[in-house]
Amino acid sequence: MKYINEEVLEQLKEIFSAMKDEVKIALFTKEEPCETCLETRDFVGELVQSSPKMSLVEYDLEKDSGLAEKLGVSLAPSLALLDKSGEYKRIKFNGIPSGHEINSFISSVIAVSGNGQPLPESITERLSKVNKPVNIKVFVTLGCPHCPGAVEKAHYLALLNDNITADMIEAQTFYDLSEEYNVSSVPKIVINDIYEFVGNQPLEVFLEEIEKTQVA
Amino acid sequence: MSLEINLHKKTLTADQDDNKIYDLIILGAGPAGLNAALYAKRKGLETLIIARDKGGQVMDTSSVENYLGFPSLSGEGLVKKFLDHVEELKVPILEYEEVEKVQNDTESNIKIVTLKSGKALRTKTVIIATGSKPRRLEIPGEKEFSGKGVCYCAICDGPLFADEEVIVAGGGNSAVEAALDLSKIAAKVTLVHRSQFRADKILVDQLIQKPNVEIKLATEILEVIGDKFMSGIKVLDKENSKEYTIAASGLFVEIGYLPNSEVFSDLVELNSKNEITVDRHGMTSVPGVFAAGDVTDTPYKQIIMSAADGAKCALAANDYINNLK
Repeated sequence: MKYINEEVLEQLKEIFSAMKDEVKIALFTKEEPCETCLETRDFVGELVQSSPKMSLVEYDLEKDSGLAEKLGVSLAPSLALLDKSGEYKRIKFNGIPSGHEINSFISSVIAVSGNGQPLPESITERLSKVNKPVNIKVFVTLGCPHCPGAVEKAHYLALLNDNITADMIEAQTFYDLSEEYNVSSVPKIVINDIYEFVGNQPLEVFLEEIEKTQVA
Repeated sequence: MSLEINLHKKTLTADQDDNKIYDLIILGAGPAGLNAALYAKRKGLETLIIARDKGGQVMDTSSVENYLGFPSLSGEGLVKKFLDHVEELKVPILEYEEVEKVQNDTESNIKIVTLKSGKALRTKTVIIATGSKPRRLEIPGEKEFSGKGVCYCAICDGPLFADEEVIVAGGGNSAVEAALDLSKIAAKVTLVHRSQFRADKILVDQLIQKPNVEIKLATEILEVIGDKFMSGIKVLDKENSKEYTIAASGLFVEIGYLPNSEVFSDLVELNSKNEITVDRHGMTSVPGVFAAGDVTDTPYKQIIMSAADGAKCALAANDYINNLK
């Protein structure tokens, strides 16, 4: 294997043994010049070998535009997580989940498999009242140690409420998008393209911003 | 391409038995909290760690070269080793939780730790190891341009300033390390510090060698300026009392740390710097409440000092519990 050596693979196998049900990873790439698409495909291809419960299905952003639209995929490379029944769980990684982001990938896959870390009741109760669409973007860099924490939180929130979608966006891969959202510190969290904050803040802060979008 | 896997993903999640009285609750999971857990568990204390995040400040350090036994390791690499060690002893960690307050029931001597989530836990002893957070410059424009050029984590935000000009504020080890890291990414790095270097000579020598680094000592930063984004800083050259501006698209603030002690200010005594005052055993002004690491008034904030502090507090907590019997 090119990216994951034997030792790391063993570590990953042990970590992913915590998976409960199967998880399908839908990878969208494109033919256009896409430096990181090939790298991401090879890397994720190796990554799924860490567990028999993980599988990879490849799509093309243009040729499979119907599905891409359905899953809200507009970037490449992008990974969308689907549960055992093939249902999209509203969680995406835009850009390669390597470096520190391997950790958010691990947590999110395990969570989608049905073995996620339970959130405090005070949080789940507030979350259950969210009934209008919410999109959470988390801009990260791969060298940022506390970015995965923010990505995990966004993904957990999306998993627990059908109205929430959560996207990790790797800021260097999607440079133009990062410029558009004025990202100069990470993790930067943008909610419904309006509300934003910086840092791996507590879940309460995520909720406060989310709740702002719920007022009529 | 590298993978920075956190092996502690598999640490035990704490069970939710709210009626239990713990021997020890440790607040924080940096070097002080983790070493306290190690020592406490070895003494057989029923221990719980409550932490917002695992690892503490060390996680933000790209390389640690002064921890005995490890000549060169990433901050996160060191934390991994700490966590692996603690994990062997199966100490439960309650993550994503923050402490609202700690109260001392003077009659029963039981401490009540109330979390922001509303949960209240009871324990015989507490070790406060909540560490510190980056100190801010507290100058005009800093808050306004925070996240718009003003940054507090060089290894996180450095890549966003590729081939741009940046400034590092500070003269200690963190500032020099940040400037060294940034010099590999940015077009130019200007280090600005209000007095002389406090950093280790070995680091300063490396910095001076860098062709794209400029050093401005005895220079005070007065203001961050810009429009939508920061465009530079206004400084005062203290030697000739001249004001001028330095253009840059990023300012990395590395001027030290402030203790995370606010929530304990009603419980324990703090000094004028808001650090928790402790005695030689790490005990605070409240019997049975100990404090370790960067949150305390112990001089020289170093990883190894915090770890040692944690050990001391755990042993002292054990003695305290034995004397209750």
